[in-house]
Amino acid sequence: MADSKQPGPPKKPLTLAEQVMQQKQTYDQQAYQRLADGVKPRHNVLVNALNAFWVGGSIAALAQIITLIFIATGANPQDASTAATIIMVFLGAFMTGLGIYDEIGKVAGAGSIIPITGFANSIVAPAMEYKREGFVFGVAARMFTIAGPVLVYGFVVSVLIGLIAYFLK
Amino acid sequence: MSAPKRVGQHTLQFANPPVIVATASVVGPKEGEGPLGQTFDIVIDDSYFGEETWEKAERKMLEEAVKLVVAKAQLKPQDIDFLLAGDLLNQTISANYAARTLGIPFLGLYGACSTMYEGMALAAMLIDGGFAHHVVAACSSHYDTAERQYRFPTEQGVQRPPTAQWTVTGAGAVLMAPVGNGPRITHATIGRVLDVGIKDPTDMGSAMAPAAVDTIIRHFQDTSRGPIDYDLIITGDLGRVGHEIATKLLGEQKYDVSHNYSDCGILIYDHERQDTHAGGSGCACSAVVFAGHLMGKLNEGRYKRILGVGTGALLSTTATQQGESIPGIGHGVVIEKLG
Repeated sequence: MADSKQPGPPKKPLTLAEQVMQQKQTYDQQAYQRLADGVKPRHNVLVNALNAFWVGGSIAALAQIITLIFIATGANPQDASTAATIIMVFLGAFMTGLGIYDEIGKVAGAGSIIPITGFANSIVAPAMEYKREGFVFGVAARMFTIAGPVLVYGFVVSVLIGLIAYFLK
Repeated sequence: MSAPKRVGQHTLQFANPPVIVATASVVGPKEGEGPLGQTFDIVIDDSYFGEETWEKAERKMLEEAVKLVVAKAQLKPQDIDFLLAGDLLNQTISANYAARTLGIPFLGLYGACSTMYEGMALAAMLIDGGFAHHVVAACSSHYDTAERQYRFPTEQGVQRPPTAQWTVTGAGAVLMAPVGNGPRITHATIGRVLDVGIKDPTDMGSAMAPAAVDTIIRHFQDTSRGPIDYDLIITGDLGRVGHEIATKLLGEQKYDVSHNYSDCGILIYDHERQDTHAGGSGCACSAVVFAGHLMGKLNEGRYKRILGVGTGALLSTTATQQGESIPGIGHGVVIEKLG
């Protein structure tokens, strides 16, 4: 396809030969992706969903039990739920330190990532990991590498919702 | 001017095939418990290897592997002309710091998980070229150092996808010389960097398989050989996924490798028992399987001629986060037990 080369300005559109090459490349990549997809083992979605459900559910149920205990001992519901949250964060961090939480995560997936114990895990795990690089550039700087995005977008969304609520009132 | 030691386009044919005088392997506890556990020289019982950090442990494994291979050949470090070594960590710190301790003239390599075969090919060139008497090629990888560099902190509770591979903790070293007893390196086919557009860093088998297949086919074309000329064709760390893809791709090109093709990443772990998903990976994967298992079979005479292809996923977290796909490479080396 040598004759399809056209003289033109520097930012010229692709020549026909280049377009053919590009399309062939995309086609080859797609064909390969299909071949690879056919070979790849898959997660069992049902088993994963069930595991996520019962582990996530159990964590939530435990937090509820703790809340109810606080209420039963005379705390008002708001304080009880704050105290339960603190205890759950502690438990997540504690189990990360013992090396148990990643084992739970392997089975439960999102079931143990979404609850607040997972949030604690995502802060404590890098903090432990990077202790060897020192307390400033290791622990402190790396502590929020995973939780950081959650916090940033969590704050952004809360501000947006706050604004919407303000203008709708 | 033609290159007298080259056949075909990209295959080197050594005039005096260099001898693999000795090999040494050091592995972590998980690899020691695997099906090839008996074939390794040293199995460490703790992934820290008595050090404060995993990085230092990896470096120490590499040092120990090099010291051991030199001792096995009844030589001293000062008898070694060159050390060719690499690893997966940024700025290949394991190799650089191990070379600091060893004091052998050093060429640092980075071929991702193909480093062992890259090193063996270059060592063979140095020896056959008449530049060296004794060359050590070595490399290392460590599950925990690789995880924290490429993926998540080890205590992070995440689920690994079934295509993920397990980085081998270990180090392998190969000592080569112009003469001696042992299998010889007769050919090497240098890999091309191929990118098939895979962007998933947890699926390196798919990213590397085409590069391995490309090298194997070019090797066959250059040498006018085929799969039946080899007792074993073995790739470095394609794992279960990559192995199956490579078998299919070779089949499409009419090369039937269904009887004599295996992968170090499949051999090193017990799939049922060890929870390693698609298999092993990392520089040490092909290195320790070669230094232990394959070298044993070659010396026994069980294998007369093998084609080993070290496979590397040239992965970088920065490039992946910027949306780049993952290029792969494969270096082929023919190891033959003559006589």
